[in-house]
Amino acid sequence: MTRKQKKNLTRLIISGVFMALGWVFGAEKLIGIAAFLAAYLVIGYDVLFSAFRNILRGQVFDEKFLMAIATVGALAIREWPEAAAVMFFFQLGELFESIAVGKSRKSIAALMDIRPDHAVVIRKDENGSETEETVSPEEVEIGEIIIIRPGERIPLDGEIIEGHTAVNTAALTGESLPADKAVGDKVLSGSVNISGLIRIKTESRYEESTVARILELVENSQEKKAKIESFITRFARYYTPVVVISAAVLALIPPLFFGSWMEWLERALVFLVVSCPCALVVSVPLSFFGGIGGASKKGILIKGANYLEMLSRVDTVVFDKTGTLTKGSFAVSHVAGDRDKLLEIAAHAEAYSTHPIAESIRKAYDGEIIREKIGEVQEIAGHGLSAVIDGKLYHVGNAKLMEKVGAAFDMAEESGSIVYVAEEKNCLGYIVIRDEIKEDAANTIKQLASIGIKKTVMLTGDNQKTAEEVAKEVGVDEVMAELLPADKVGKVEELLEKGCVAFVGDGINDAPVLTRADIGIAMGALGSDAAIESADVVLMDDKPANAATAIRIAKKTMRIVRENIVFALAVKAVILILGAMGVANMWIAVFGDVGVLVIAIMNAMRAMFIK
Amino acid sequence: MRKVYKLEDLDCANCAAKMQAAIAKIDGVNEVSVNYMTQKLTLDADDARFEEILKLAQKAMNKVEPDCRIIK
Repeated sequence: MTRKQKKNLTRLIISGVFMALGWVFGAEKLIGIAAFLAAYLVIGYDVLFSAFRNILRGQVFDEKFLMAIATVGALAIREWPEAAAVMFFFQLGELFESIAVGKSRKSIAALMDIRPDHAVVIRKDENGSETEETVSPEEVEIGEIIIIRPGERIPLDGEIIEGHTAVNTAALTGESLPADKAVGDKVLSGSVNISGLIRIKTESRYEESTVARILELVENSQEKKAKIESFITRFARYYTPVVVISAAVLALIPPLFFGSWMEWLERALVFLVVSCPCALVVSVPLSFFGGIGGASKKGILIKGANYLEMLSRVDTVVFDKTGTLTKGSFAVSHVAGDRDKLLEIAAHAEAYSTHPIAESIRKAYDGEIIREKIGEVQEIAGHGLSAVIDGKLYHVGNAKLMEKVGAAFDMAEESGSIVYVAEEKNCLGYIVIRDEIKEDAANTIKQLASIGIKKTVMLTGDNQKTAEEVAKEVGVDEVMAELLPADKVGKVEELLEKGCVAFVGDGINDAPVLTRADIGIAMGALGSDAAIESADVVLMDDKPANAATAIRIAKKTMRIVRENIVFALAVKAVILILGAMGVANMWIAVFGDVGVLVIAIMNAMRAMFIK
Repeated sequence: MRKVYKLEDLDCANCAAKMQAAIAKIDGVNEVSVNYMTQKLTLDADDARFEEILKLAQKAMNKVEPDCRIIK
């Protein structure tokens, strides 16, 4: 608690004691009245003072001013306990609000506490010998060597040149499993070095580093307001004057016809007590703040409350295929024939090749590659290769190679890249290599359906056959294949006419589509500037499931916002009606003000913890 | 020029909205945002008159909430 909060808490306690005394003595006796007045003044003097000052400054519809009139009015009609209680609960609500908002602010600040505060850089001193210098990360140039000890935060992006370690990127990506890094691997600023001492050569200045870009994004995300927020602000501007004027009318007009001034004044005071729109004005931004903050903890950066609002309305999700639903790397998906034997031959034949297909075959082969076995290898560009292994001649390559060497073979029907293996002229079978589908791709589509997404679409430049197979396996509703990048924009535009479209891509080549969709979601964006620029939502790692999580958080946050609006307005409306009829008294009005505020704030804070 | 300042003793969300509206009316202000949640003022205003505008902004804020201070 801050000093101001502590002071107000003390005042609340003292005032509470006086109020208790007031009740003990009873509001009929003079001493009881004195106790209530004391309670009132202890807790309300500053409100009265600033109300007075505000009148001089011409700020009439200020909440403090309203509380002052309401309580002075209550005193005027000799409702001592009510006057003290209204002021007491008003201050209690203010204190609660300030503590709750402070708490959320702190917990979200802590969660984005990834700013590195220093870097240990190796520099030559005057004598030419190397020394360690501790400087702020901003002072390190590209290409300098920095040392990071276990437990320290990595201050700048770079490549490891010495040592190996495990790195925790949880603060960046939400992924809590540490990743092993060794010489030659890149590490990102903002992640934490866990186990070993490493030296890295920096590859960015601090301003362009991952951590600086993320922090900038998070900070800016608080500036863009949702439409519903602006609506509430506008509503609040009218709500208070309207209620106050109604209160004045209620206090002055009916008594002209019915008499009993006191009775109508009391009803008018009920109006004044519920005239503050605080519950709405605080809880709506607090919900967005919590939703965006909670999402960033999971490695989902939403660029503003307006995007969160839009995201909650999405009914069509369009995915790019390569790199988004699939890994964008090749892997053996199927072997027709003797699996072990075919892989062994192919792995040995391709032992020295750096082609991605060769790499995927070597990865799929369980055994060890024994280099002594490999004899002469002849590469035939565009076809494959012929190799002598264990003294036998093998041909490993595509259909054209088989035709060329005159081996009889059955054309494979699967999609993807096919590698045939033949011994002399005898085809042994083939290996199918495909872009791997991400583990969580199918689950993502299921999750999307369960949170009410009507349609999922996959766009790809790949051929129809491959696209359809991936689509079937993943479970998307619609697939559009053989598209050029420009066609993708056109397809998204068609979908835009029918619904609210989110596009999920990896930011490579699809920046125009990210911009064009209602919501552009870029994934695995840690390295890509273009993606961070053009997307509205940035997923830090490359799991498509996070797109579903983002939409779920948006939907829940918006539900909380709507709940609060409906709840606060309904309670206030009922109290206003009952108050005008003379049914609701001051105590109910206090609930309508402070009670609603507290409940709305607690509800709003849930947005931070959406799973 | 665009600058972000921390605010001290910004105590009510409604006041933040009022302050923002008041500052937006100052001549030379291109864009302004008073954020209750982050307790920050983002001011985009004419370079030449920035200091002067900042002073006017402080004045406008105090009219709404006398305790609130822009921390420079």
